[in-house]
Amino acid sequence: MTELVIEAGRTEREYWRDLWRYRELFYFLAWRDLLVRYKQTFVGVGWSLIRPMLTMLVLTVVFGKLGKMPSGGMPYPLLVLCGMLPWQFFSGAMSESGNSLVSNSNLISKVYFPRLVITASSVITSFVDFLISAIFLVVLMLWYHSKPPAGVLFLPFFVLLVFGAALGVGMWISALMVEYRDFRFIVPFLVQFGLYVSPVGFQTSIVPERFRALYALNPMVGIIDGFRWCLLGSRSSIYLPGVAFALIEVILLIASGLWYFRKTERTFADVI
Amino acid sequence: MLFDAPNTPNVKSDMSNSAITIENLSKRYTIGHQRAKGDGLRHAFESAIRAPISWLRSRRQKKLEQVDFWALRDVSVRISQGEVIGIIGRNGAGKSTLLKILSRITVPTTGVVRINGRVASLLEVGTGFHQELTGRENIFLNGAILGMSRAEIIRKFDEIVEFSEIEEFIDTPVKRYSSGMYVRLAFAVAAHLEPEILIVDEVLAVGDSAFQKKCLGKMGSFAQSGRTVLFVSHNMEAVKTLCNRCIWLRDGRVQQDGAVDEVIEDYFKSISNEVSAHCVNADYGFTLDKVVLRNSWGEETSQFRPGEDLVVEVSYDAKKRIDRPILAIGVIGTNGSCFTSNMLLDGNRPEFLEGTGQIKCTFKSIPLLPQSYTVKLILRAENVTDLIIPYREVALFNVVGDLADYGYRGEFLTWASRSTPVVAPYEWCLPDGTTTSVALIRQDISKGKETSISEMPQTVAMHETE
Repeated sequence: MTELVIEAGRTEREYWRDLWRYRELFYFLAWRDLLVRYKQTFVGVGWSLIRPMLTMLVLTVVFGKLGKMPSGGMPYPLLVLCGMLPWQFFSGAMSESGNSLVSNSNLISKVYFPRLVITASSVITSFVDFLISAIFLVVLMLWYHSKPPAGVLFLPFFVLLVFGAALGVGMWISALMVEYRDFRFIVPFLVQFGLYVSPVGFQTSIVPERFRALYALNPMVGIIDGFRWCLLGSRSSIYLPGVAFALIEVILLIASGLWYFRKTERTFADVI
Repeated sequence: MLFDAPNTPNVKSDMSNSAITIENLSKRYTIGHQRAKGDGLRHAFESAIRAPISWLRSRRQKKLEQVDFWALRDVSVRISQGEVIGIIGRNGAGKSTLLKILSRITVPTTGVVRINGRVASLLEVGTGFHQELTGRENIFLNGAILGMSRAEIIRKFDEIVEFSEIEEFIDTPVKRYSSGMYVRLAFAVAAHLEPEILIVDEVLAVGDSAFQKKCLGKMGSFAQSGRTVLFVSHNMEAVKTLCNRCIWLRDGRVQQDGAVDEVIEDYFKSISNEVSAHCVNADYGFTLDKVVLRNSWGEETSQFRPGEDLVVEVSYDAKKRIDRPILAIGVIGTNGSCFTSNMLLDGNRPEFLEGTGQIKCTFKSIPLLPQSYTVKLILRAENVTDLIIPYREVALFNVVGDLADYGYRGEFLTWASRSTPVVAPYEWCLPDGTTTSVALIRQDISKGKETSISEMPQTVAMHETE
């Protein structure tokens, strides 16, 4: 029989094994959030399609028609949707996971399990939304007869990248939110702000060449560029240093997020 | 059994026999510090800016701002496998903190705990239940939260549903459940955990008495199967029935650890000593001898059921004659004064007190929620302004009972422990014209006896034979 030792300042050797042991809880919490989200709604899961559709229409009209941004020969709605999918996943995961620990405070103060399960499962919930919205993208691509280029094989890499970014930011914000509820106000602002700072409604190419390196500091720039390149091909420009930068940033985000989360996790129940 | 080697019992050495070993466990909460943190980011920024300045200042000053609160201090306990242990103590004695550390919800400040075996802790019934989900869905969710695997839940699903007695409503969202159904389902899931060590906090405070019996019965059979149980309760009858050893925590320390009857007896004694009513006023030659609490049947007790009478019996010895004194008795709950009897207001002052005697005050059918209460009194001289006995705590008592008897059937019954304690009868009139009245059902003597928890052993036995 294994002996469990509880001691102050002891890094739990069992943490990762516990995380594995509670793997089903990931699934159950994500399943609960998905199930609950559309209970007592008329349209149901349809909202996962309607939301990106409406946002896409608005952005197409604002940037494409009114702003007359260059489309680089691509159908503007498609251009917007390719940027919006990763962005909505990222921003959705950021707001959902940010609130995840606080809204599950009853669990945290009453039951033990690795708290990372909560944050990660809320990212998974947003990811399911992302997959549903992707159906809409497929339909739109068929409509425009837009055949994906060979680069589509790299899509999983960019999906993984945006997932990592979402998880990294999610760990930071959810852990910070436990102590500083200020993030309840900061996150919606970040989401709103980020939509215009990231190349969702326009192409990165409109940013003047000398500012591009600076612009690529935003990891979403590299990710969104990557999505467009994979799905729409060479007509969209890809800025490789931007992608490299995004990769480094995502790794840093995950590492630091994990460090901060693990550091504060033990006191969640006392602080929340 | 076939391979039961003769030396098997010896293999179980002293160490492998212990389920939980707690050594010098302490837990500190820094109250001042935490409040500042809770105020948010602004404080984090402020303290970041001020850090260099305050660093220059003396550090001792900074330390004074923080109030340390030791929820547990130097607790050392060894629990063997198969022991059923009750943990008792007043509110804030550290019981819940201890359970939270054992359940790995919070970390100790100092000390070590060694646990051998799979632990399941039940600090609340129905943790993680979601109102919008159906009973079926909640069984899976709650099971996973408590650490069961999906396969395990599927295997036990029928058993859980049967235990909960809500087959018909299993596909109804739990928000439509009555509180009784909700609690039954929640306990049914927990009851089918198969840990080696079970940690249970005051979960029996909710639910009707039939449910409480069922819970206790299940825990009893669990204990009899040789597994370790830690059980926190204010209900001493339940502790006596279930446990063989009892740990009494007081201000975060182990006050006493031993046979259950002994510890509980000493605990009750201490409660009455702790708030020693005895006090003397030499100027008036007056001694407040003791204050005894009695129930409707005149039995001396510190445990009352809702709707029972609370008799406060004040014994005194007046060496000198005291004319027209004014006595006031108050019952105070955790969040303030509940009710008083005050001769200043009702005018029923005795003509004089002389020699030894008693003043009794009966509060009829007390409408109090299950919480703990203190009794305070004050005795004024004839001129009202002079105090013979200044306002002081003279007794403590608990109300234990069944929330259904108050007409409470909501979904959030656990909140009753934090609610204002006095329940006046009231009536709701909703916009659609439906009216519902909510009132405490007064228990008559026979019913009160019938639902008494002291009949538990029979129930446990019955459960076993089923």
